Amino acid sequence: MTTTSYSELLKKGVERRRVSRKGTNGFMLTLTGALTVLALIPLFWIIGYVFYKGGSTLNLAFFTQLPKPVGMTGGGVLHAIEGSLIVTFLATIMAFIPGVLAAFYAARNPNTVLGIGLRFSTDVLSGVPSIVVGLFAYALIVKPQGHYSALAGGVALAILMVPTIIRTTEEMLKLVPTNLREASLALGAPEWKTSISVLLPAAMDGVITGVLLAIARAAGETAPLLFTTLGNERFDLGTIISSGVTNHQSIIQILGRIFSSPIDSLPLTLWKYAGMPYPERVQQAWGVALILLILVLATNILARVWIEIRKRKLRG
Amino acid sequence: MEMNMNIEVKQNKDFTVNEMAEIKVRTSQLSVYYGKFRALTDINMEIHDRKITAIIGPSGCGKSTLLRSFNRMNDLTPSAHVEGKIELDGEDIYGKNVDVVDIRRRIGMVFQRPNPFPKSIYDNVAYGPRLYGIRQRNHLDGIVESSLKQSALWDEVKDKLHQSGMSLSGGQQQRLCIARALAVQPEVILMDEPASALDPISTLRIEELMHDLAKSYTIIIVTHNMQQAARVSDFTAMMMIDETRSGRMIEYNTTNIIFTRPQDKRTEDYVTGRFG
Repeated sequence: MTTTSYSELLKKGVERRRVSRKGTNGFMLTLTGALTVLALIPLFWIIGYVFYKGGSTLNLAFFTQLPKPVGMTGGGVLHAIEGSLIVTFLATIMAFIPGVLAAFYAARNPNTVLGIGLRFSTDVLSGVPSIVVGLFAYALIVKPQGHYSALAGGVALAILMVPTIIRTTEEMLKLVPTNLREASLALGAPEWKTSISVLLPAAMDGVITGVLLAIARAAGETAPLLFTTLGNERFDLGTIISSGVTNHQSIIQILGRIFSSPIDSLPLTLWKYAGMPYPERVQQAWGVALILLILVLATNILARVWIEIRKRKLRG
Repeated sequence: MEMNMNIEVKQNKDFTVNEMAEIKVRTSQLSVYYGKFRALTDINMEIHDRKITAIIGPSGCGKSTLLRSFNRMNDLTPSAHVEGKIELDGEDIYGKNVDVVDIRRRIGMVFQRPNPFPKSIYDNVAYGPRLYGIRQRNHLDGIVESSLKQSALWDEVKDKLHQSGMSLSGGQQQRLCIARALAVQPEVILMDEPASALDPISTLRIEELMHDLAKSYTIIIVTHNMQQAARVSDFTAMMMIDETRSGRMIEYNTTNIIFTRPQDKRTEDYVTGRFG
């Protein structure tokens, strides 16, 4: 008797659960869907608005000409594009090798004093406000040298990039199966050879992605550059190079001049133009914002395409 | 002692261990520690040249630890240390003046899961030779071809040597890993459950391959698969843990004797599937 009534109760319970479960499911699905849309609105709003406001400013001259004196229409932001590329390039060069090597160390020796210290300081460093990093580069390079320079900006951005590179590289190295490393060592390969020719290629997708993401982050930084590169509306890469060539300067000398001069960058230019009392400049600020947005988006897309290509290649 | 078994044992002359002349590897009073834990205790065994020796036993009995001490892969575990001796052709591989790189060249290894490098098939096989300074293209071409032929993979990959090694099937990847190990001309090949991640047909191919390789190489294989040990090996070592959870070798003899007339009751129980 009890068994029948129990199984009937069970059936009813199951039925009741089904009804309430479907209701809850529908509700939660709607709720999470709506919140997802809500979260996406700002993203598309920003992109749409920047395109709307800045799109009309973009033309060939904007990319290829230096700024005209304030008050005049026309002119471009070539100096800022060149500056951003130079400073980010310097930062990437300086951050890449130390970051990757440190990640190798941390991945291989996670429980040593140095390994734990490295992970801790990476966490701290990634949380340091970028303006403090800028101040540090100011004290380290600008003050002793007595002038602002692209090099100082590169150092500041490199410090900001290093934690991202270490972290992503370390995570990627951890994902490489240990028996891949053992297979190389079992053939008699030394540890450094194994790292370079087996582990690094296996982790390369992640490393490149990490570097690209770090670049995307650093390229948008303004605060550290205020202290280090200052800004320079008259910076003209073409003139430096052509005058260097006519004066028979060596490549080292030309590069020295480029890296040691104050320089502008896209975020810095955006910040300065947007605060100016000249409508043409404010309008150009929107154009700069659009270029910056496209660069960052392009870098992100490049990172993803790169991963996809590498994956296909590995699959054969 | 008559045992009721459906296991097919590799047919060879029912020799005794003492009759076999050539000893390739000899362990004496070998113990391996991880920190204070003694993972292996007093292993004494003689491994015969150009024969297949299987190491069997339940999980966690130290089979892999023993295998990895033959090419000093245990050195990679910081807390591990070894007591006793392992001799390769009479020379202690843990001796003071021994170059671990040379040991690992002479004693190759094939792992449980196929683990080709993320490189082309060609570069996988050429990896070892290049480590030892072989750079000439025609040299490398020859080594790659002969290694892949020995591992019975050549016909399947000769037209796509520059495709990624990862694009091959699991069984092909394992044969690629065998070719990679063969390319540095080892004398001994260690195999750690080389077929456990493979389907039955690929397993059979690996077993046939082992049979061929045993004509020129000494093979030591760890396996969980009784039938496999019985089918492929000439000698079988049975391991178990003692009351301190340390691995010991409880019986070592020709495969024929281990599977038909084992001396130890625990071996008999294990090979007949009564436990383990």
